[in-house]
Amino acid sequence: MNAFLHAHGEEIARLTFEHLWLTAFAMLFAVGIGVPLGITLTRYSRLARPVLGLANIVQTIPSLALFGLLLPVPWLGERAARLAIVALTGYALLPILRNTYAGILAVDPALIDISNALGMSGFQRLTKVELPLSASVILAGVRTATVTCVGVATIAAAVGAGGLGELIFRGVASVDNSLVLAGAVPAALLALCADGILGWIEKRLVVRR
Amino acid sequence: MATQSVEFANVSFALADGREILHDISLRIEAGTTTALLGRSGSGKTTLLRTVNALVRPASGRVRIGENDVGAAEVIPLRRSIGYVIQENGLFPHMTVARNVGLPLVLSGEQNAETIACKVEHVLSMVGLSYAELGSRYPWQLSGGQRQRVGVARALVTGPKVLLMDEPFGALDPLTRAEMQTMLRDLLKQVGVTTLIVTHDLEEALYLADRVVLMDGGRIVANLAAGEVHSSPIDAVRRYVAATRRSDAA
Repeated sequence: MNAFLHAHGEEIARLTFEHLWLTAFAMLFAVGIGVPLGITLTRYSRLARPVLGLANIVQTIPSLALFGLLLPVPWLGERAARLAIVALTGYALLPILRNTYAGILAVDPALIDISNALGMSGFQRLTKVELPLSASVILAGVRTATVTCVGVATIAAAVGAGGLGELIFRGVASVDNSLVLAGAVPAALLALCADGILGWIEKRLVVRR
Repeated sequence: MATQSVEFANVSFALADGREILHDISLRIEAGTTTALLGRSGSGKTTLLRTVNALVRPASGRVRIGENDVGAAEVIPLRRSIGYVIQENGLFPHMTVARNVGLPLVLSGEQNAETIACKVEHVLSMVGLSYAELGSRYPWQLSGGQRQRVGVARALVTGPKVLLMDEPFGALDPLTRAEMQTMLRDLLKQVGVTTLIVTHDLEEALYLADRVVLMDGGRIVANLAAGEVHSSPIDAVRRYVAATRRSDAA
């Protein structure tokens, strides 16, 4: 064990960092797209079904296939990390989009009514009422997305984007279980940490009624 | 804001499926008076109330506040000049009492925290609540009666031209309800704001209002001074009075 860590410790640390970096960027984009888009869908309900449907379809594409399919795309295929981040963003989008949409629609209609009656503008209603009251639901979506993203990011190694998947793929190819574990254990720990931290924040955002 | 009269002229409203909710309603409410809109569920009283702050747009006819046509007014400033109280859940659960009550001031552009706190404290004392004791509590930490008092305070904090109340005490137990009615009657006398109260409770209407308007099926069937109700020869009024007596006896 010690000898193994001595030999691979630095590499594990570097790949863990790479893994984090891929996931973090993908989540940043997914939140940046998913939350505003989810809000927009609550305002234009006719768009909700097609857009959520599309995000659903992206979610069902097997991750290895999605990475492979994106490889020949001109600008994307040039750099593996770029491709990985785009694919991961696609996976993370659905839970965030769906929870933002559902969370805002679940706000008590009586409170929406009162917001309007108090003379709030649409933007004031959003920032003062709808977002604070749906924050915990939206964050639950971000949490699901993050955990999925950490897992799927291991596949990014298949297109050469690095991350902990590299150790797993190498371990599988050389039938070396300790290499597989060296990739899988840190990836699982990352997912657990993200889940724990985001879950803690989510609990704090729940509004008691 | 000086209080103003409210006038409905030939107001009609129908749902998208064609069902008529309000049929050619004409009614004038004098400035500074309290009028109860009385009637059974589905009689159109809440819909009529909601035309005043443009939450409902009449299909035809006009609503005026003072000399101003509600249909032509800008919605946001209009709504900010009207107080609105609903039966329950009207308080924002993520805001303290002080923030709930101060919100209309913030929305109308008041930025000075001291001015806001001062006005909130004043209006809370008017509804019999202590700012020091309750200001930093959240709605779930209050009793039903306290919550409703906070709702009334929020509706009055900007000194509105008109006060609209939709079954304000419908969800309260009889004792709390009676306390609230006493408080509100004194408060309305003190403030003198033109008030419309939707209720199905005849005793409440008679206790609180100067005039009682009885609605049925989207029409006004009687418009009486509170003192005339029990002696009214109008059939619909007599039936409403009789139904109330029976439930009292039971």
